[in-house]
Amino acid sequence: MHFESWSAFWAMGGYAFYVWLAFGVSGLALALLVAQSFYARRSLRRYWQAEQARQQRIAASRSRQQQNSKLADEVD
Amino acid sequence: MWKWLHPYAKTERAYALCGSLLPWCWGGALLCLAVGLAWGLAFAPADYQQGDSFRIIYLHVPSAILSMGAYSGMAIAAFIGLVWQIRSADMAVSAIAPVGAVVTFVALFTGAAWGKPMWGTWWVWDARLTSELILLFLYLGVIALYQSFEDKQQGAKAAGILALVGVVNLPIIHYSVEWWNTLHQGATITKFGKPSIAPDMLWPLLISIAGLGLLVAALSLYRLQSEMIRREMHRPWVQAMFKAQEGNHHAF
Repeated sequence: MHFESWSAFWAMGGYAFYVWLAFGVSGLALALLVAQSFYARRSLRRYWQAEQARQQRIAASRSRQQQNSKLADEVD
Repeated sequence: MWKWLHPYAKTERAYALCGSLLPWCWGGALLCLAVGLAWGLAFAPADYQQGDSFRIIYLHVPSAILSMGAYSGMAIAAFIGLVWQIRSADMAVSAIAPVGAVVTFVALFTGAAWGKPMWGTWWVWDARLTSELILLFLYLGVIALYQSFEDKQQGAKAAGILALVGVVNLPIIHYSVEWWNTLHQGATITKFGKPSIAPDMLWPLLISIAGLGLLVAALSLYRLQSEMIRREMHRPWVQAMFKAQEGNHHAF
């Protein structure tokens, strides 16, 4: 360890503001990029699930309509 | 000779290849960044002139190198996409661009935070800083062009041409410190011959460069996978993959 103590480490020989500013903002920028990448993948999956559910609803209502028209034919 | 490469032009195969590379990239990035940055921040000796402010080097140099490295990768992908019309290469361009832009921002920001205590100014309009800023604008231009076309094939073509034209900026950035008068110091390790830095300082720097390189690779591959899903949402392979993932919920 180059520094004598933790407080010396955080002080960075008087350059604490610049060193921790550089590391903090860089870490934040990279973390946001990682988070955005994961979030985008998750919303792709959500979109696919919603699309899937919509297709099922359409198929279900179509078969209901067919049944209804069949019933109507029988009544006639 | 190149025949083994051809199957990877198929999106499905390229997706699987990304998937098998990704765990190594994430793991290596985490390990190397943790070791390299901790070593650089806490264990490397202080610089005899710059004191502890020089520790910014462990972010600044890796991000500066990777900002250019990512651009080279993006330009190669753009070339492959334009010449051989390979769709996964076009998608790689759009996947790398945002990663490169963030890394370039990190290089610029850490440079400013280092310049203030050492040069007395956050920013000067000299060759090195200005050409690196232009690199950021090139990345943003590639992203904007790709996004602004409804037809992604057209967008990829336009973005690819911009990416290729922008390659001229890379040697300008690298040699700017030799061609023009500048506040920026010359090359320390990316030159022929012995690096002008002590081994205690060099090792954590090399490890940090490897770590950030692996992080850039991991993010690019992951975003490339996402782009493949987005563009081929209704193809059978995506359907099959999502259905399989529905089955086991803890899928990555």
